[in-house]
Amino acid sequence: MYNAKFVIPGAIIFVGLFTAPFWTNVFSAKHEAVKLELPQKPVTFFGEERTQCIEPREWMAANHMEMLIEWRDKALRENKRIYVATDGRKWETSLQNTCMACHTNKAEFCDKCHTANSVSPYCWDCHVEPQGNK
Amino acid sequence: MAKMPTPEELLAATPASFPKEGWMDTKPDFHPGSYCYPAKTDALQKLGFENAHEWAPQEEDWNLPENWEEIIYNSLKDALEKHRSLKLFMDCCVRCGACADKCHFFIGTNDPKNMPVLRAELLRSVYRKDFTTAGRLLGKYAGARKLDPEVIKEWFIYFYQCTECRRCSLFCPYGIDTAEITVIVRQMLLDLGLGINWIMNSVKDCNETGNHLGIKPHSMKEIVEFLCDDIETITGIRIDPPWNEKGHEVVFITPSGDYFADPGVYTFMGYLMLFHEIGLDYTLSTYASEGGNFGSFVSFDVAKRLNAKMYAEAKRLGAKWILGGECGHMWRVVNQYMATYNGPADFLETPVSPITGTVFHNAAATKMVHIAEFTADLIKHNKLNLRPERNNHIITTWHDSCNPSRAMGILEEPRYVLKNVCNNFVEMPEHTIREETFCCGSGSGLNAEEIMDQRLRGGFPRANALRYVHDHNDVNWMACMCALDRAALPPLVDYWVPGVTVSGLHELVANALVMKGEIPRTMDLRQEDLPFPDEDPAEEA
Amino acid sequence: MTIAFAATLLILFVGWAGSALGLQYLFGVILPLVAGAVFIIGFVWKLVRWAKSPVPFAIPTVAGQQRSLDWIKPSRLECPWTTPAVLVRMLLEVFAFRSLFRNTRAERTVIDGTPRVTYFSNKWLWLFALLFHYGMLVIIIRHARFFLDPVPACIAVVEFVDGVFQIGAPRFYLTDAFILAGLAFLLLRRVVSERLRYISLPADWFALFLLIAIAVSGILMRYVCKVDINQVKEVIMGLATLHPVSPTGIGSIFFIHVTFVSVLLIYFPFSKLMHMGGVFMSPTRNMKCNTRQERHVNPWNPWAIDDPQANYHKYAEYEDDYRDAMVEAGLPVDKQPEA
Repeated sequence: MYNAKFVIPGAIIFVGLFTAPFWTNVFSAKHEAVKLELPQKPVTFFGEERTQCIEPREWMAANHMEMLIEWRDKALRENKRIYVATDGRKWETSLQNTCMACHTNKAEFCDKCHTANSVSPYCWDCHVEPQGNK
Repeated sequence: MAKMPTPEELLAATPASFPKEGWMDTKPDFHPGSYCYPAKTDALQKLGFENAHEWAPQEEDWNLPENWEEIIYNSLKDALEKHRSLKLFMDCCVRCGACADKCHFFIGTNDPKNMPVLRAELLRSVYRKDFTTAGRLLGKYAGARKLDPEVIKEWFIYFYQCTECRRCSLFCPYGIDTAEITVIVRQMLLDLGLGINWIMNSVKDCNETGNHLGIKPHSMKEIVEFLCDDIETITGIRIDPPWNEKGHEVVFITPSGDYFADPGVYTFMGYLMLFHEIGLDYTLSTYASEGGNFGSFVSFDVAKRLNAKMYAEAKRLGAKWILGGECGHMWRVVNQYMATYNGPADFLETPVSPITGTVFHNAAATKMVHIAEFTADLIKHNKLNLRPERNNHIITTWHDSCNPSRAMGILEEPRYVLKNVCNNFVEMPEHTIREETFCCGSGSGLNAEEIMDQRLRGGFPRANALRYVHDHNDVNWMACMCALDRAALPPLVDYWVPGVTVSGLHELVANALVMKGEIPRTMDLRQEDLPFPDEDPAEEA
Repeated sequence: MTIAFAATLLILFVGWAGSALGLQYLFGVILPLVAGAVFIIGFVWKLVRWAKSPVPFAIPTVAGQQRSLDWIKPSRLECPWTTPAVLVRMLLEVFAFRSLFRNTRAERTVIDGTPRVTYFSNKWLWLFALLFHYGMLVIIIRHARFFLDPVPACIAVVEFVDGVFQIGAPRFYLTDAFILAGLAFLLLRRVVSERLRYISLPADWFALFLLIAIAVSGILMRYVCKVDINQVKEVIMGLATLHPVSPTGIGSIFFIHVTFVSVLLIYFPFSKLMHMGGVFMSPTRNMKCNTRQERHVNPWNPWAIDDPQANYHKYAEYEDDYRDAMVEAGLPVDKQPEA
């Protein structure tokens, strides 16, 4: 091989960059799967005690951000305060009064996934953080 | 030769669009004028090419050696092992097409295979078939194709339609240099015994006699004596240049075209007058009477053999350094290959101008200085008595030759010299000068008469730019510093832009040079009357 | 083009079928791990293959004034004669596509009844190539959030800048638009331009289709057929820590995306995409333009001028050929003719 003094460092830099996920994980703290704190107690909405989330849990995990944006627009821009879920139940379109009524702890609920996946939603630019934090 | 079409007819006959079939399915066109004459068998044999044989391009059967496929395979394998450039250039091209309209041959012919990318694909397709797994497995779908005699014919046509000017390599995002590919393919063709006469005959002559024109030592001396007669007629000064003499400080080597062919001879006369005037301690050599190197167009090995004479002769004569004349590809070789081929030249010294004391550190390894650098230095130090008014009837532009521009970067030196000897200087439009300059269309040994049609097409972009300054700025002169340009451009310019004269740089220098003891000049180096002659002191008195 | 398109569709189908048939482990774990290994080993193998051939001659493309006389200003970056200057030239080439920036367009016209060619500066290819490559780079950097735990702050900064306009949720990334715009341009010019169409090989179309498929499937996964990224992260962290987690319960789009990326990684070292490594090794760009000042050594140089095996025509042989004529013409000779 010729010009080894350039080619070998070049190859090492290449391999180093592209295997970074592997070797950084070797040195960093052991990865642990996110364990979510899910609400246990039923909460009363529209006069009935509910234990199920607005939409099915899997759907919520992937799509909640879309729903939140939709709610924000409905509530603030169109003044429509009622959301009818797929199963026909009615909900008030409110982060504060609906979502956080059950998910009271931002740190234990929202932040866990968001931090793990480096997501920084701007909900809290306007909203007050839920009481559960204190 | 058939009657030439007019420029308008020639361009009108250029196809407006590409063939319907893909490029792998189109066959090269062999008609008189589309190919160069084949190299003679004995010329190739003398140079050691084993497979030299009789053949004719227009024939169906090229009498290829029986194991021709094996020869090509081994030849390509050898080139790949020797040149990283080739491996990279075969693997890296993304076919972005940036090179396409940079080639003067493509602009002039609109033949898709003259796009540098496709020219290289002609080899790449064979490389894929033989040297890559994908090509072996997927064939055509991986851009690979089988080597057959039609491919060899195609190579012969299109790799002798590349002048190795490297304009495409300037624009390529990976610096893919078609000149490199062209030389290697021509080398592979020579391994099959296929070459062109114009190049290989010159190479054979250069090997034997010391110069491409095959001028023998005694004739060489005689020819230069005739030129000295002309100098005496013009200036009244007799110059007797030393030949093959030992113990001089400098060996001067210039392309042989300048000893012999119009208008190169005027440039050569210019050198002699300049050296006489400054009292340079130099000698010419008949053995190393060639600065150019036609071998460099076809084979690194042959190029090295021809180039070796320069150092061998400088060493034999005990010179300190070598001064090189104005040339194009000569300077590609001298600047980028010479030290590698035949150095280190420890028997020489780092060149120092004996007139100004300037040390040419930039030539510390090759020990070889370009005369434009040398003369620019003289002028800067006021060592020359110049009367540029003698060139006042000339409005000149400067043609950057491809090799000195893109393989050396000698751009300002000749301009400085030119502006000091000529009061009227006009640049051609941008994108056609300096590093983006266009080739004359006849470089790399393609200045053969039989392909004049192609040369004219290839020279069209250069002529087109010249036409612009001719029309807008009344330019009537184009100076250049490539011997092939001086040979190739006059017919091209007569065809595309009649009314413009082509010359070397030192012809204009010598016209302006006031020599000690000269008679008042009434004519220029071409012995044409000067519109603004020197005033004759005798007449005045 | 048809073939390349069909091949891309086939990959799409395979990726989808893989998840539909319950082969999640194969497509979500084994394939990407193999692809990553092929990519890295193949890439290095290719670099080594190139490096096994020497650079026999110094052939830099000179793109500006040489350094010669003191009073002539040399072009430091276009004709670099020092290693740092070459480095800058290379950096400009790699990060700013210097050569492509030079691009011109030649156009045939008729002026005063005579055919002419005019040249225009043409930077579209440069612009969209930059958009594509930088879009791709940022997207790859962004993906580090799935590979690292905790996610470093710098990755979050990149994400923040990329989504700075805060359009929609999840936030719309500018680079998604850049990469699509870049790829669309590169594809369109291959379709529209006669020249590009003529020179394009199936491999050229395939690379474009594959990249477009990767970008589109990724964008769909983020904005349309969303998947639970928390699960995705678990799977990818499993790969990165080499403790694979079974990727069940994630939507097909994830497997389609991963299959496309895996094919790209496997295809990469054996294709023109290796220009990524090649651009660093191109001898017309990475060599010093001081070839008269410093001798470049060719490792297979066959002989030196004084070697006995040197096969050039030596002076002694030359004089033997012409001695009498030379003497007659008054030219000096080394050996006098026999009387």
